[in-house]
Amino acid sequence: MKIHEYQARELFARAGMPVPRGNVATTVAEAAAIAESLARPVMVKAQVHVGGRGKAGGVKYAENVEAVRVWAQKILGMDIKGLTVKKILISEAVDIVTEAYVGIIIDRVTKRPVIMVSAAGGIDIEEVAAKTPEKIFKLAVDPILGLKGYQARDLASKLYKDIKLIRQAADIILKLYDVYWKADASLVEINPLITTPDGKVLAIDAKINIDDNGLFRQKEISAMRDIDSENPAEVAAREGDLSFVKLDGSIGCIVNGAGLAMATMDLVKHYGGEPANFLDIGGSSNPQKVLTAMRIILSDPNVRSVLINIFGGITRCDDVANGIVMAYGELKPEIPIVVRLTGTNESQAQKILKEVNLKSADTLDNVVKEAIRLANQDEIGTGRI
Amino acid sequence: MSIFINKKTKVVVQGITGRDGSFHAAQMKQYGTNVVAGVTPGKAGTTVDGIPVFDSVADAVRATKANTSVIYVPPAFAVDAIFEAADAGVSLIVCITEGVPANDMMKVYDYIKTKGIRMIGPNCPGLISTGQSKVGIMPGNICVKGPVGVVSRSGTLTYEAIWALTCAGLGQTTCIGIGGDQIIGTNFIDTLREFEADSATRAVVMIGEIGGCDEEEAAKFVKNHMTKPVVGFIAGRTAPPGKRMGHAGAIISGGSGTAAEKVKALEAAGIPVAASPTELPMLIKQKMSEARKHQAGKTRKVTGALKAKKSAKKATAKAGLRRAAKKAIKKTAKKK
Repeated sequence: MKIHEYQARELFARAGMPVPRGNVATTVAEAAAIAESLARPVMVKAQVHVGGRGKAGGVKYAENVEAVRVWAQKILGMDIKGLTVKKILISEAVDIVTEAYVGIIIDRVTKRPVIMVSAAGGIDIEEVAAKTPEKIFKLAVDPILGLKGYQARDLASKLYKDIKLIRQAADIILKLYDVYWKADASLVEINPLITTPDGKVLAIDAKINIDDNGLFRQKEISAMRDIDSENPAEVAAREGDLSFVKLDGSIGCIVNGAGLAMATMDLVKHYGGEPANFLDIGGSSNPQKVLTAMRIILSDPNVRSVLINIFGGITRCDDVANGIVMAYGELKPEIPIVVRLTGTNESQAQKILKEVNLKSADTLDNVVKEAIRLANQDEIGTGRI
Repeated sequence: MSIFINKKTKVVVQGITGRDGSFHAAQMKQYGTNVVAGVTPGKAGTTVDGIPVFDSVADAVRATKANTSVIYVPPAFAVDAIFEAADAGVSLIVCITEGVPANDMMKVYDYIKTKGIRMIGPNCPGLISTGQSKVGIMPGNICVKGPVGVVSRSGTLTYEAIWALTCAGLGQTTCIGIGGDQIIGTNFIDTLREFEADSATRAVVMIGEIGGCDEEEAAKFVKNHMTKPVVGFIAGRTAPPGKRMGHAGAIISGGSGTAAEKVKALEAAGIPVAASPTELPMLIKQKMSEARKHQAGKTRKVTGALKAKKSAKKATAKAGLRRAAKKAIKKTAKKK
C-alpha cells in the first residue's frame, strides 16, 4: 500500500526527524490559509501516488499567498499520469545547498533491509542509479541486531565531509530505519535530503510504501489509505477479499491462484486475445467470492467474454460451480461465459453447471481458445443473447 | 529417491485443530505421510484423526521424534510458530501460511540459517515426494512416481504443470512449491542443487514468475553446475509494471523482474521455455532424449555385450515406469 507524502512526513516528524513545516489542503482557500500561517514562501506539491510529479508540473514554488492561490488553482484537479490531483501539500520553502538521497528497501537477494545513500540526490536519482551505480552506497542491515550508530555514521560520511552534517544525517538515518520497522514498510525514501546555508540537514520529501502483509497490525496506517486515488473496481475486489488488477483487454478472467491466473492471462495473449484483468479468487472457495468476482468483471464495458479457470486443490470445484450458478441467476450476464473446472470434486461441479447450461472446456488451452472465439463472435454482433 | 522429504520424514502439524490444519493433516495421512503429532496450545491430550495433539512443538518432538514441521497457523502467529519449531529442534520447516510480513521473515531467515535448518515457504503449497511423503496442501492424486523433479514459485500453476506431466506419462520424484513471497526460505538454486544430487531425478521443470531475480540466478546455476536437463515456464508475460499480481513477490518494480528478462536469461542458459504449461512434457521428452543420446555417445566404446545388457536393463526400467504412471492415472480417474 502507498501512502501520500504528507502522511509519510507526519510519520517522519513523529519519529523526531527534521521536516519543513506545512500542511495538506484540498481547496484553494485551505491552501492560502496554510500559507498565511506559515508567513514564508512555500512549495505547493501535488499529492498523488506516482513518481515524477515535479517534471509533470505538480510541484511549484510560491513567493506569497497570492502565488499559492494561483498554483493551488492550477494543480488541484490536474491530471498526472492518469491520476487526478485532489490534495496538495503546502510546505515551507527552504534554501538548498546540497541534495542527497537516502532509502531503505526489502532486498530479496540478501534477504535483509538494505539502506542506500547517495550524495547525488534529487529528481534524477533513477538515472544516477542506472548510469553511475558507483555513486550509490549500500548497506545490508542485520535484521535481528538492527542498525548500529557507527553504521549510520559511516553511511552519512558518504554524503558529507563536515562532521556536524554527518552527525545530523546519521541521526536521521537511524530514525528512518526505526520508521521502516515500526510501519511494516517495504520502502522508505527521502529524496532529497538537503542541507541549508545555516548548516541544517532536512528531509524535504518523504515516501513510504507499506508491505500489505503487515497491514493487519497497522491500524493507523491502514486508515491512511486514499480510496479516491485507486481504481474503484480494485477497491471493490479488495473488499471482497479478491486479488484484482484491471487491464485493457476484452477477455475477463476468473482463476484460482496467482500463478495460474497470470499463466491464463499470458495464454490469452499467446492465442491472440487480450486479457481484461488479473483476478485470483484465492485458496478458499466461498461461492460469494465467485459472485463478487463476476460482478466486478461484468461491470467492465470492455469485456466481451468471461473465462473461468479453476484447478481444484484446496479450492473445491463444486463450491465454485455453486458460485457460478448463483452469479448467473443474480446477474443474468449477457456476454458468453466459458468454464473449465478440474481437480477436487470435479464431477459434482459438472453436474451443477449443467443446470445453467454453461459452455465448458476440458483443458487450459481449450478454455482460453474458446473464450477468445466467443469474444470475437460477439464483436461481429452474434454473441449477445 | 527424492529431495527434502521421504519415507523417514516424521511430521508435526502446527495448528492441527484449525480448519485448514485438521483437513490437511488427514489428507497427508491418507497419502501415506508419517504424521506423528499435532500442536495447538491448550489442546494437549486430544487427538485429531488419531494424531496425538501437544501443547508445544518441543513436547511433540520429545514424545514423537518428529523431524519436520508443517505450519497452518494464521499470519499473525506464523512467525512465532516458525521460531518455536526451530527452537524445538526440527530440521525442516514448511510454512504454508500466506500473508506473513516480509520484515518478520527477514529475521526468521537469519535465525534459521544460523541454526542450519531448512525452511520452505512461507506462502507455499509444500511438497510431495511421490509414493513416500506429502507435506503441505498439494493434491496427492495428480502426482505419480517418475524421473522428473518439479520446482515452482506458485501453487495451482504447479498442479497444472504436474498434471500435464502425469497425463503425458512423465512421473515425478519430488514436486515442490517454494512460495510466492519476497522473502522465502528455500529458493530455486537450493532446490536445483538437491535435484542434481538426487540419483532418481533425471530432468527438472522450473516454474517461475515475475518479480525479483531468482530465476536469472537459477539460470546461471543451471548453466554452470547442472548436468541434468532443465525446462522452464515463466508466468506474468502480460503483467503490468508496479502492480502486485496476487503474490507479494510477483511485482515488476523499477523495470526489473519482467517475464521477458527471465525468459531471455533461461534461454541463454540453454533452458527451453514453454509458452503454455501443457507444452512442458514435450520439452522434457526432447531434452531427456537429447541427454540420452549424449550419454550414449560417451559410452560408445563400451563392449557390445555390456552395451546390450545395459540397454536391456534400461528398457525394462522404462517399461516399469510407464506401467506405474498408467496405473496411477487410472487410479485418479477412478477416484474422480
